[in-house]
Amino acid sequence: MTWTRPVGLFALLACAFVIGACGTDDSEDGGGGDQAATESESNTQSNTGEQSEFFVQADFERQLAQRDAEPEGPADKPWEQAIEPEMVDTSEYKADSNGNWNVCFSNAAVDNPWRQVGFKTMQEEVKLHSEIGNFRAVDAEASDDKQISDIESLAGRNCDALIVSPNTTATLTPAVEAACEEGVPVIVFDRGVNTDCPVTFIHPIGGYAFGADAAEFLVDNVDSGGKVLALRILPGVDVLETRWSAAKEIFDDSDLNVVGVEFTEGDAANTKSIVSDFIQREGELNGIWMDAGATAVAASEAFEDAGVEVPPITGEDQQDFLQKWDEEGWTAMAPTYPTYQWRTPIIAAVKILKGEEVPKEWVLPQPKIEQDTLADYLQPDMPPLHYALCGCEDMPGFPGPWQ
Amino acid sequence: MTVADPPGGETAAAPPPRERPRRTAGWRRGLLASPAAPVYGALIIVIVLAYIVVAIDGDDLLSGSNVTNILQRTVALGIVSAGQTVVILLGSLDLSVAQLISLSSLLGAETMDGSDANVVPAIALVLAVGAGIGLLNGLVITKLRVNAFIATLGMALILKGVIDNNWDGPGGAVPDSWQSFGYTRFSWLPLSFFLLAGVVAAIWLLLRYTRFGYRVYAVGGDEEISKLSGLRTHRTIIAAHVICSLAAAITGLFLASRLAAGSPTVGTDGGYDLESIAAVVLGGTALTGGRGGVLGTLGGVFILAVLDNVFNQLEVDSFLKDVLRGVIIIAAVALYARRSGKPA
Amino acid sequence: MSAATSGFETGAGGSRARRLAGSLLSTGTIFLVLFVLLAWIAVLNPNFLEPGPFLAYLKRAAPLVILAIGSYFVIVSGGFDLSVGSIVTVVVVVAARLIDDEPSRTWPVVALLLGIGAGVGLVNGLVSTVLRVPSFITTLGMLLILEGAVFLWTDGAPRGALSEEFRSIGRQGIEGIPLIDELPWSVLVLLALGAAAVVLMRADYGRRLMATGDNDRAARLSGVQVDRVRVIAFVLSGTCAAIAGILLGGFAGVSAQVGSGLEFEAITAVVLGGVVLGGGRGSVVAAMAGALTLEALFTWLNLQGISGALEDTVQGVIIIAAVAFASYRLRGTR
Repeated sequence: MTWTRPVGLFALLACAFVIGACGTDDSEDGGGGDQAATESESNTQSNTGEQSEFFVQADFERQLAQRDAEPEGPADKPWEQAIEPEMVDTSEYKADSNGNWNVCFSNAAVDNPWRQVGFKTMQEEVKLHSEIGNFRAVDAEASDDKQISDIESLAGRNCDALIVSPNTTATLTPAVEAACEEGVPVIVFDRGVNTDCPVTFIHPIGGYAFGADAAEFLVDNVDSGGKVLALRILPGVDVLETRWSAAKEIFDDSDLNVVGVEFTEGDAANTKSIVSDFIQREGELNGIWMDAGATAVAASEAFEDAGVEVPPITGEDQQDFLQKWDEEGWTAMAPTYPTYQWRTPIIAAVKILKGEEVPKEWVLPQPKIEQDTLADYLQPDMPPLHYALCGCEDMPGFPGPWQ
Repeated sequence: MTVADPPGGETAAAPPPRERPRRTAGWRRGLLASPAAPVYGALIIVIVLAYIVVAIDGDDLLSGSNVTNILQRTVALGIVSAGQTVVILLGSLDLSVAQLISLSSLLGAETMDGSDANVVPAIALVLAVGAGIGLLNGLVITKLRVNAFIATLGMALILKGVIDNNWDGPGGAVPDSWQSFGYTRFSWLPLSFFLLAGVVAAIWLLLRYTRFGYRVYAVGGDEEISKLSGLRTHRTIIAAHVICSLAAAITGLFLASRLAAGSPTVGTDGGYDLESIAAVVLGGTALTGGRGGVLGTLGGVFILAVLDNVFNQLEVDSFLKDVLRGVIIIAAVALYARRSGKPA
Repeated sequence: MSAATSGFETGAGGSRARRLAGSLLSTGTIFLVLFVLLAWIAVLNPNFLEPGPFLAYLKRAAPLVILAIGSYFVIVSGGFDLSVGSIVTVVVVVAARLIDDEPSRTWPVVALLLGIGAGVGLVNGLVSTVLRVPSFITTLGMLLILEGAVFLWTDGAPRGALSEEFRSIGRQGIEGIPLIDELPWSVLVLLALGAAAVVLMRADYGRRLMATGDNDRAARLSGVQVDRVRVIAFVLSGTCAAIAGILLGGFAGVSAQVGSGLEFEAITAVVLGGVVLGGGRGSVVAAMAGALTLEALFTWLNLQGISGALEDTVQGVIIIAAVAFASYRLRGTR
């Protein structure tokens, strides 16, 4: 038996190297989407890999068009605006009493700053509506299984309206359907579900627009043939896959050279290391595309540490990114996935319980922050991971609860 | 044939482990002396306190829908923790269960592919894969002599790679027949609870009334001595890991019915690796092995579920929840250590 | 090294020489692996061995190496410390909140952070010894408590900002050195801590620590104050985690998940270095080499273009293989 151990060991090591060797079939830069690209063909200059499985051409085009559409509603309150709405009648949900409503909320998670800012904004919004007597929020801690139980449990109580921010689209669908069947009006926002039983589905334009805004900015600001590094958080996350897939379409059509598509896992140290490596490998980088802004500052620091100027870079509406952009005078822009969308479900709930019409699919405008609008959005003294598009500046008590 | 029934009325093939009282000691005495007794005592106290606290807040802890919620939440964690109990009793542990749960849910849902006819083959496939993974874990630990922590951590990484490489997001489709398994209930009692009861009962019987169970306690108590006494320790360890992985596979299948699909993150989202270990130690099983049992684990799972439910009802901040859970786990194990006079 | 060679030369105490050689071989394997990996990386990326890129690699690896040193003390004494990752997160978040971009506060806050790390380690140690809770559970519980507490305090998201002074420790270094542009502070801290750790292990405490891990009953009977030794190990681990946190916060800035998963990486690094879980064997230098190897492994995987998913699989296989190999060497043929 004594010889079996080293043999087993070498077998394991051999496996490791074989797997490693197989892995090198992928294009050296990781490739977009999750398809293992068997041929790293490139008649184009860039290596963006295969298109994402999540990409839907029709949705892509629709979202890009929606960016230009004029929203209906008050111009100074984008969270109340709707783009090309189709209204539905909600008189059947009109509440019997004029107040003391029970509004319930099944929250996917509060495990990242975007959701934290959003949830806080939502809680403040509740305070603005005296008709809501009781607001019950349950946190599913990013677990599908828990959220299904949470929704079941909430649906069984006497909620007058149920707001849901689903953790995952496909797996939460049955739970939402079951809740609809209980007769309570269901409002879904942020991520959607695969059923149209909810009274309204609230969301900003979407990921394709986000990714496209950023990609188009780089196409406009980086010279022809310039080297662009695309940084993504994780593969397989629907809202992030749409962002990259849109950017990929635009990059593929342009004359920019995408030298890498890397996953950072949302870790700042990782992001910095990756960018440093690429600066070294490529000699220089002329543009940075990011699918989210939490590590944008870390990416910029990689350039600073290397002693070079920060090239055109896209981030998001985080405070630290906006602040540094302003201070350092970068060429930058910030696409957004506005946190003010957390205000809208409360507004929708109030409308529904009053029997007023709401859009079936409530598409909120999705502004992008550019050099000339930066000053409008940048607030002083906010925490580094505060989101400028919270729509909270005019709320009573600002900036208190958000600081 | 005048076979005098041995006390206990059973033809036990092996003497039951030392720590268990014989049945004829009176079921009541037996119950109180069982190692699981303090856990259930604690559970009752927790339920009473929770009821009072929730009532002050204006709600009913024991309302129909709430009881359903609690029971439903115990099923997944309960099944995987029952499997983890067997492994921990041996002085080993399994950190790969979370990834295996995700993989099982995906394989199950993909194989079922929305058709009723595929449900049985899907279950068979998933259980086979689970058993295989458990076998691999056991072999790496025994034959390659790799510490269980590392072996199962490595396995978790391997499984994670396999999952991430093949699936982007939820996959597969679960037919209505299997999905209803996760949602059917008889008034307040979910059907899936019977699955949990079945698994726990099977493992309890295994540990208490079979030679395998005896060996588990013996090896957990002291592996060297067991080996010297001639017990085939390696086989016991491998078999225990197979059981643990089978339990994880069953959990994955159950979760597939709840999610109506397989999900690459359902195992890690639920924290089933560390949570199952926490449930096992909360239930009085010693991490070093040799003491404890699956009934205690079930009690531990119930305590966690009731606490979770209370926190939900009171809308306790999720971060405070983590702090409280950490404190409770440490305090519980400290109490057991004190009670038994040896390190837990 | 000289002890081994003198053993060989004199021939006296021949079995001692063989034992030394054996132990060197078992811990020495990691150095061989590290060397091979670094060489391979240099082949794939010729820049790598230039002082700039190599120091950048060390700068990146420094936090992990320091975590490995701290974890080494705990593991060699027979325990686990699963809380180091959350200590790192706490340190970064607390630093940001307290410093709030006020440079004058930098050093007092650094002192406080080291105190927090040591304090957490003290609690871990006391709970694991006096209350007799297995360290796996203690530190697991502490992980939950720390993560929960720090976000409870900051209301869910990090606030404030780290001052430039604070960040310079992890980001910058001594400029103007001939041959290399800049010697990063983190590398200096790393070397200092490494040297201190080696000295500590050679001193009385180190011997007592080994004895405790090897057989705590025997150690107790020979007069070693096992509980105190263990508590000190945890304090060291906590302090190292705090230092690693300061370096990471400096390098990467404020982030809510800076520490996540680091405890498993630290344990993996230590184990790769040939230190046995359960205690009693292994050298701190080997643990440091293990951390460097792990970081080199990540770099190698990156350069090989192995896609993200398979990276995990390869990592898992290599970890198992490394420990199996170490175990094989240790136990010989049985």
